[in-house]
Amino acid sequence: MATTTEEAAGHAADAVHPMLPGTDAHGSAVGMPQLVFETFPNQIFWLLVTLVVIYLVLSRIALPRIGGVLAERAGTISNDLATAEELKLKAKEAEATYTRALADAKTEAGKIVAAAKAEIQADLDVATAHADAEIAAKTAESEGRIGEIRAGALEAVNTVARDTAAEIVAAFGARADAGAIDAAVAERIKG
Amino acid sequence: MATEEAAGGLAFHPMDQFLVRPLFGGTEINWYTPTNVTLWMGLTVLAIVLVLVVGSRGRAIVPSRMQSVAELTFGMVHKMLEDITGKEGLKYFPYVMTLFCFIVFANFIGLIPTSFSTTSHIAVTAVLAMLVFLGVTILGFVKNGAHFLGLFWVSSAPLPLRPVLAVIEVISYFVRPVSHSIRLAGNVMAGHAVIKVFAGFAAIAAIAPVSILAITAMYGLEVLVALIQAYVFTILTCVYLKDALHPGH
Repeated sequence: MATTTEEAAGHAADAVHPMLPGTDAHGSAVGMPQLVFETFPNQIFWLLVTLVVIYLVLSRIALPRIGGVLAERAGTISNDLATAEELKLKAKEAEATYTRALADAKTEAGKIVAAAKAEIQADLDVATAHADAEIAAKTAESEGRIGEIRAGALEAVNTVARDTAAEIVAAFGARADAGAIDAAVAERIKG
Repeated sequence: MATEEAAGGLAFHPMDQFLVRPLFGGTEINWYTPTNVTLWMGLTVLAIVLVLVVGSRGRAIVPSRMQSVAELTFGMVHKMLEDITGKEGLKYFPYVMTLFCFIVFANFIGLIPTSFSTTSHIAVTAVLAMLVFLGVTILGFVKNGAHFLGLFWVSSAPLPLRPVLAVIEVISYFVRPVSHSIRLAGNVMAGHAVIKVFAGFAAIAAIAPVSILAITAMYGLEVLVALIQAYVFTILTCVYLKDALHPGH
């Protein structure tokens, strides 16, 4: 019953507009559209066209271009790495030079300081010697003068003592000769 | 179909999406008729041009996003081919790249809702597989002459076993294009049909949330399948190419 009505509907649709291959009267697929062989030549034709177009686009434009970009990038990266390595070496070299220069400067500075010290020491020594000599001369002179003064003072003491002793002896009413007084005073002073 | 619709209000037409229709009306499908196959294959070509040609237009040392995608695609296929076939295989890079690009872009474009999946058709995938099969076989004989038959003669096996193995090897060799094509078309078709069936269930309000969740999950899976199947097709092509270049076991 159902089949007859469907057939009838199919015939009706057929009469109005012919059906697509592989469809029923409602325009729905019957079975697998993949197995409707009427469509195969069409699909295969358009597939081959598509593949040829893709192949041409890829082999003529896209692949050489992308391959070129990738190769260029690899080249740039390795170049940059080489440059970086070179710069690193240069930097190390510069550092070594700097260290050497610094060490040289330090030794030089040490030398200059030592030389200056030695010079100053020499000057100082000369000055010290000079000063010492002067001091010694001054001391000797002073000592001479002190000796003189002391001798002068001793004489004065002697004179005073003698005079005083003579006066005292005279005051006691005795007469004493100058020689005795001198001897006595000298003895006392010595003692 | 009609009675089901009348009974439950459910309409399952999971295979309608695979129908080949003429673009400009009519029901005649000749080999030259512009059909939805033409349209969606054309869009595939357009997408490939957009990504691989327009995307790489900058030729920048530091790539833009599009250029990165183009370079990654190039690099992946190039490395795959070189790893499997060695340096001699790189001559065939444009062919392998053509296959990979067509399949991966057609698969992804087929995932656009209401689109037409060209790779779900066995006619398309069978042609792709036959191109590989014939190309590899001819190449094998041209490069190696009769030595190519050594592919079927397992010299490392004990002598009595060799004829048996040769028969098995020959059968497996001729089954290659079949499995190669049905794997791709079957995966794409099954995923799309299942999504459509879930979509049919969405007509029932109580089931609709589950159905929508299921469609989402299936769609995620299909995104994976789209890439993986293109990858598998390409890697098998490389393996077959390796057999043609180095037929010894």
